This record gives sequence, structure tokens and C-alpha cells, in this order.
Amino acid sequence: MTLVWLILIPFIGGLLCWQAERFGDQAPRWIALGTMLLELALVLGLWVSSDFQLPAEGAASVWTLEWQADWIPRFGIQLHLAIDGLSLLMIALTGLLGAMAVVCSWKEIVRRVGFFHLNLLWILGGVVGVFLAIDLFLFFLFWEMMLVPMYFLIALWGHSGSQGSSRIGAATKFFIYTQASGLLMLIAILGLVFAHHGATGEYTFAYADLLNTPLSETTAWWLMLGFFVAFAVKLPVVPLHGWLPDAHAQAPTAGSVDLAGILLKTAAYGMLRFALPLFPEASQAFAPVAMTLGLIGIFYGAILACGQQDLKRLIAYTSISHMGFVLIGIYAGTELALQGVVALMVAHAFSAAGLFILSGQLYERLHTRDMRQMGGLWGRIRGLPGFALVFVAASLGLPGTANFVGEFMVMFGAFGVAPWVVVIASAGLILAAVYSLFIMQRVYYGPPVEETPLAGLDRRETILLFGIVALVVFFGVYPQPLLDTSAGAMQVVQQSVQQAAAMTGGVQ
Amino acid sequence: MSDVANHGVLTTLLAISPLILVCLTVIVVMLSIAWKRNHALSAILTAVGLNAALLALLFGWTLGSVDVTSVLVVDDLSRFGGVLVLMSTLACVTLAHHYLEGYEGPRDEFYLLLTSAAAGGLVLVSARHMTTLFFGIELLSMPLFGMLAYTFRDRGALESGIKYMVLSAAATAFLLFGMALLYAVTGTLDFAELGAALSARGSDPWLLAGAGLLLVGLAFKLSIVPFHLWTPDVYQGGPGPATTFLATASKVAVFLVLLRLFQSTLAFHENWWHDLLGFIAVITMLVGNLLALTQNDLKRLLGYSSIAHFGYLLVALVVNQGLAVETVGIYLVTYVLTTLGAFGVVTLVSSPYIATGGTADASPLHHYRGLFWRRPYLTAVMTVSMLSLAGIPFTAGFIGKFYIIGVGVEAHRWWLVGSVVVGSAIGLYYYLRVMVTLFLHEPGMQRRDATHDWAERAGGMVVLGVATLVILLGLYPTPMINWVNWVAG
Repeated sequence: MTLVWLILIPFIGGLLCWQAERFGDQAPRWIALGTMLLELALVLGLWVSSDFQLPAEGAASVWTLEWQADWIPRFGIQLHLAIDGLSLLMIALTGLLGAMAVVCSWKEIVRRVGFFHLNLLWILGGVVGVFLAIDLFLFFLFWEMMLVPMYFLIALWGHSGSQGSSRIGAATKFFIYTQASGLLMLIAILGLVFAHHGATGEYTFAYADLLNTPLSETTAWWLMLGFFVAFAVKLPVVPLHGWLPDAHAQAPTAGSVDLAGILLKTAAYGMLRFALPLFPEASQAFAPVAMTLGLIGIFYGAILACGQQDLKRLIAYTSISHMGFVLIGIYAGTELALQGVVALMVAHAFSAAGLFILSGQLYERLHTRDMRQMGGLWGRIRGLPGFALVFVAASLGLPGTANFVGEFMVMFGAFGVAPWVVVIASAGLILAAVYSLFIMQRVYYGPPVEETPLAGLDRRETILLFGIVALVVFFGVYPQPLLDTSAGAMQVVQQSVQQAAAMTGGVQ
Repeated sequence: MSDVANHGVLTTLLAISPLILVCLTVIVVMLSIAWKRNHALSAILTAVGLNAALLALLFGWTLGSVDVTSVLVVDDLSRFGGVLVLMSTLACVTLAHHYLEGYEGPRDEFYLLLTSAAAGGLVLVSARHMTTLFFGIELLSMPLFGMLAYTFRDRGALESGIKYMVLSAAATAFLLFGMALLYAVTGTLDFAELGAALSARGSDPWLLAGAGLLLVGLAFKLSIVPFHLWTPDVYQGGPGPATTFLATASKVAVFLVLLRLFQSTLAFHENWWHDLLGFIAVITMLVGNLLALTQNDLKRLLGYSSIAHFGYLLVALVVNQGLAVETVGIYLVTYVLTTLGAFGVVTLVSSPYIATGGTADASPLHHYRGLFWRRPYLTAVMTVSMLSLAGIPFTAGFIGKFYIIGVGVEAHRWWLVGSVVVGSAIGLYYYLRVMVTLFLHEPGMQRRDATHDWAERAGGMVVLGVATLVILLGLYPTPMINWVNWVAG
């Protein structure tokens, strides 16, 4: 039942926030914070009390914890939740970033506070559902469901943006991109289910049953593409990234934190959990294409980041660049690379969240995100630029930060499989240094626009930022807890990739 | 047909009793109006009659297939259709009661027309012969002219009524011509016998022409492209309750008779029919969704969206195997619930009726700006309806869309599945636009509100109930699936 509560807590908390608005603006905020901390405590408790080693060969279940109930027997659809090391890490991340999102919008959101927190918590609930569901129907439901509150978050509390692009436009674009690609995934899921029905005569959406569906090569290829496109839009992979810069630029800070920190991770999670294990041979054949797309993403994101004037757009493009590394790591398929992907996802969640929170704080003080109107802020704001330096350093992958661990492991792990990809990708690291230093130079150094000092960080902001910095450095120095937790789950993925490689190798 | 002998008079009467009760209701309400005009009394009598019919329908649930004369058959499918028609009619009665309170003219006759149209719907879902098909369609359509033009001092309503009348006349002409051709070749008007004749002499051009004309007539009623041109104007102009009936009960009944035709006439199983129908389905989805994009009028928008939805539904007819019948059933249930929710809110916001020169209803989208901050629960209903129309998970609409895509994937009709995806993606744009309008707050705009006590009125409760049902069926669709599965059996 713990797993059910993990999903229900945010939803119930959201409803409470909505109703608590009548007791004043503070009530929803505290309830939301309490909800997320409760969620976090629950996950951490699970983390401490569970063992994430792979069970011995032939054990009944590969999951640490499982819960299921009949739902739609007509199609063999079940409410089937399960957790392993990977999902646990992701849910812990969700809880943590959720709490941060609540804290960072404490002063930013002043209108319709209750409804805002309803949406915020429902996004998180949907995300937790995505990480827990292992019935494909249920997974799809959560996958699509989390779009609706995100849409509201951007459309109603977003900033009306620069250059005439409206927040409603950005929200709609986000929604249509992800929903349409999601429908492609639904088609692929149904194709898989009907293929399984044709082979065995029974309908099922259960992950474990569908894993062993016999598929012809072309069918597997098309179905794999259906999954890949849905995940690629969310990750995002260039050329399916069109929604991301707009959505980030217009979203409120909490929305950006959730979007970069968690929502992008659902895509990587989906690839690791579904796209690779369900279609190992097709994925193996697709790997060169995927890695090329990853490379394009690294360079495209980095180069466009260098040319941005809008701070949040810039950070959004750096996300595209980082996700290129994730994509390469996933399709390299070695255990080291896959573990690196996990570390990189966690690290990117922290560094991107930190940068977005900082740009939100700058916006609260300067009422602009245009970097041309910034400059010389080092002397004008107490405290904030120092934190910015740390996150920028993390973003460029400086050793000692968690990002370095992740990127290094991805590159190291992928080198044996695709050396040239790694060689080219490492050139992308230089571009990362370029755009990171651009941020520092344009925003914090140079001649100041005005001389008047701005409000320094208050206690809430300082604690929040300190927390993230501590995590970035801690996992940069000692990533072992992360890696231990996800090792079992990653071994499963790696084995399926290996088997596929062995089989295709055998055919040749 | 061997069943016929086994059924006694009582069984037959019980099977047809819903129709009899609805007709009785018409007469009782008419007499009551003749005796004394009382708006509340008329509404209550109508509601009681319809509920009795609904109960009778449930009592006859286990009878199986009963032939009532050689032109009507009461089977699971017609009971299924009957439930949908009667439920929508009941919802329209409750909405109409609130709506007509502000109308200065005679109010009671609306219920007469509504009930007669419901009787037409009941005949239609039981039809297994061309005569009953024709009779049902006319009985369904004629009262609708009156209902649509009921508030005839409004230009919009009058225009809507007249447009629908002209369209219906055209559709009837096609229908009759088609039937005449079929009869001329085969000498029969019974669906099953026609089907046999069609499969025996499927390539006879006169037969094909007859079947084609018949389909065109029905396509007019379902507003399938290219016979959809009347839809937006009629939807926009008609008074709320009448449009609600047109969008729900009327369309369901006509679609079910179309399904029955498809089931019994084997000629439609030939390939090129399916390709043609598939093409029509694709353009219906695309045209409906594309035209809805730029609408600034909620009722027009819903009109175009209903065109698109019937495009999706056609996918099931094109496939016509495997899950097809089940899909039609599920989709119709979800569509009716969702549409009742959406039009219910429109009607509630427009209630009570206010006389104006143009269109009286709160139909322009900007009337709904910021509705959430004034009527949160009513807006929640509208939001749920929009999400359900867009097919977002955890609403009933998603289950419908799931079935449509499923039936297409199962039959490997990739073009159709692709168009459903494209259509849904386009559709999202305008559904989201409506949704976000409800939540925006821009003071100084012209706007309308539902009355403060909307939730305590029957119409309000029905609308809230419908929205709850949409959510519940989205969360736990098993009862609906079991029911429809049993009907499709």
C-alpha cells in the first residue's frame, strides 16, 4: 500500500491546498510543503529499509515492492505498481524538487495560491505515477495526465513573454507536442498488446508479460519508434524540442524547476524502463541513429544557448545539450554508461533546478530575464552571484560536482561501444564551458547597468540554495549511494541489451 | 425469427412498453396543457413519464431479442440506445425547465415536442425495416424544427430552425429515393432481406445507388463531411436545451440505426465500400477539427467538434469487425455524457432565457472568460467535459478514444489511426483554448453568469452528476465496458 500512498499523497495534498485557500494565502503553501516533505520522508524511509540488489536468479519478482489490483479485466488491465532502485531514486528526486518548487514560489505566486498548489502537486502526483506504473495502460494514463496541470501552470501563472510569444501559446505548444507524441505511444502500446493477443490469445498490458512478446523485425521496429518518439519529445531530442524553450521561458519558476528537474527525466526513465527492454533488438539496431541524434542535441543546444538573450531560454537550451549526453548513455547500453545516465539525471535535476531558481530570484528583483539589462550584478546582490557560480560550474561539469561524475561515466562507458561518438561529444563539453561562462560574464560581471544595490537573499532563499549546493557537491564527491541503489535496475537493462547484441551478432 | 412464436403478447407489450409510455406521456402532457397551463407541472409530468419509460426499459432487460411486429425489434442494442436517448431527453427536460423560466411565450409545448422527438429516437433504435427507419427519423426531426425555433423572436433560433428544416427535407428526399431504388430492385424493405439481396447481387448499380443515397440521407443527420454545412449555424442559433437534444439523443439514435444497417447488409463488407467510408471518416475528422480551430463561439465550436467526433466513430464502422460494435457502444456512451456536460453548462449559463434580437444564449466564448473565479464548480464541469472531448486520461472520453485507436490498430487501418492522432492533436488546440478562457481573468469584458442557485436546480444537479460520471468512468470504466460488451455480445 505504500506505493499507492506515494501516488495519492500529492493528489490529496493538492485538493487540501485548493480548499485551504479560504484560510489565507499561507495555508496552501504550508500544506503543499508538508505534503512534499511527507512524500520525501516516505521515499527515504523506503530507501533506507529496502535492499536493491537484484534477487537471485529465478526469484519470483525483480521488484523491491509491488502492488496490484484488477482494474479493467476486459483487456487484462491492472493497477500494477512496482518500485526498484531506479524508480525509487526518481521518486525521491520528485519529492525533493517538489518541495523546492513549493519553497521557491513562496513569494513569486501571489494570486490564486490554492489553485496554483493544486496544479503543482498534481503534476508531481502524475510524475510519481509514471515512475511507479508497470502496467502499460496505467503508465500511459499518468504520462498524459500530468500534462494538464502543467498546462495550467504555464498558461495561468506564466510570464507573458518577450517578443510577443504568449504564455498560453507556449502552454498549448507544450501540450500538443507531448499529447500527439503520446498518442503515437498509445498506438505502439496497442500494437504490442494486439501482437501479444495474436500470439497467446489473451489481452494483457502487464510489463512482465509483454516483455517476451514474439515480434517480427519490422513490427518491433515500428513499435519501438512509437515509444521512442513519445520519449524523444519529452527528453527532448532535436528535432522534436520545439516546445521546450518557449515552455521554460514562459513558465513560472516552480514550473521550470519541475519541467527541467523531473518531467524531462520521465522520458529518460521511459526509455530505460520500456523502450530498451521491450524492443532490445530494434533498439540495438536503432542505437547509432539515437546516438547521432544525441550528438546533434549536444551541439545544437550548446550553440543556441550561446546566442540567447533570455536567461531562462538559455538554461532551457543547455538542458537540451545535457539530455544529448543522457541519450548517448542510454543507447550505449553498457552498465557503466547506464549508471552514468542515472547520475547525470540526478545531477542535472539539481543544477538545472538551481539555475532556474536563481533566474526566478533575479526576475523577482529585476523584473526582467533579458541578459542585456543585467550585468555587473556581482556587486549589487549579496549572496546570489556566489551560488550562481557554483551552479554554473556544475552545469559545465567541473570535477567535484555530480554532473562531472555523470558525464564522465557516460563517456567512459560509451567509449568501448562507440568511440567516435564519445570523441565528438567531448568537444561539446568545451561549448558547455563557453555558455556557462557567458552566463557569469553577462549577468554578474561587466559594467553594471545601475549602481543601486538590490535586496540580498533572505533566509528562505539561502537555505534553499544551500541545500541544492550541498547535494551537488555531496554526490559529486561521493556518488556511491546513488550508484548502489540503481545498480540492480541498470543490470536488468544492460542484460537485455547484451542479449540482443549477442543475438544480432550471432545472426551476422 | 423463430423467436416470434415463443413470445406471448405480454412479453411483446413489455418489450415495447418504453415507447408506449413515452407516447402516453405526450398525450398526458398535452391534455394537462389543454386543461391548465402550468410550467412546473408540465416539466414534472414529462420527467415522470420518461422515468417510467426508463424503468420499463430496465424491466425488460432480460427479455433478449423480441420481435414486435415485423418492423420493430427490441433487442439489447435497441435497449442500449433507448437508455441513452431517454437519459439525454431527461437531462434536456431538467435543463429546459430552468431555461424556459425567462421565456415570455408559451413554455409548456417544448416538453411535448421534446417527448415526441424522444419517441422518434426510440422507434429508430428498434428499427429493422425501412418504414420504421423513415418513420423514426421523421418523428425525431419534425419536433426538432419546432424546438430549435422555439424562441422564434430571436433571429438566431428562427434561422436555426429553418435551416434544420430545409436540411431535413433534403435528407428525407435522399432517403426516400434510396429506399425506392432498393425496393425497385429487391422488392423488400426489410433490413435482413435487403442484406441478403445486396450480397447476392452486390454489383447491381441500382442497388448500389440506392444504398448510397440512403447513406447520404443518414450522413446529413450525422453531419458527416461533406454533408455537414448546416451544423454550426444550427448549433449556434438553437436554444440550449434543443441543441443539447440534437447533439445527443438525435445523433445517437441515427448512428445506431446506421450501425444496424451495417450489421445486416453484407454488401457493405466489400472492400471498396470500406475504402470510401474510410476516406469519408478521415476528411470528417480533419475538416471538423480544422474548422473548429478559429471559432470564437462556443456553440459553433462544439458543433464542429461533434462533426470530428462522428468522424472518429466512423472508424469503428469502417472496420466493422472485432471490437467494432463494442467501440461504437463505448464511444456513444462517453460522447453523450461529455456532450451533455458541455451543453449543460452552456445552457445553465444562458438560463434563464433573456430576450434579445440576435442569439439569446451565452454562446460567444468571451462570455465565459474567468468563469472559474465566479462559478468554480460549474467551470469544473466544463473543464472535465473539454478534457473528455479531447480524450485526456482519467476522463470517460479517453476510454472512447482508446477503443477507437484500439479498433483501428487491431484491423491494421494505419491511415485511419494516423488521422485520429492528427485530428486529436488539432482538436487539443481549441479545447485547450476554451479551457483556459474559463480560468483567465480580464475585467471589463461582457460576460454572463449562471444564476447563483444553479447547483440546487435539477438541471445543475444533472450536469454535476454527468461530470462526476465522466470522471468515474474514466477512473473505473469496467462497469461500462461490461455492459457494452454484453450488449455487443
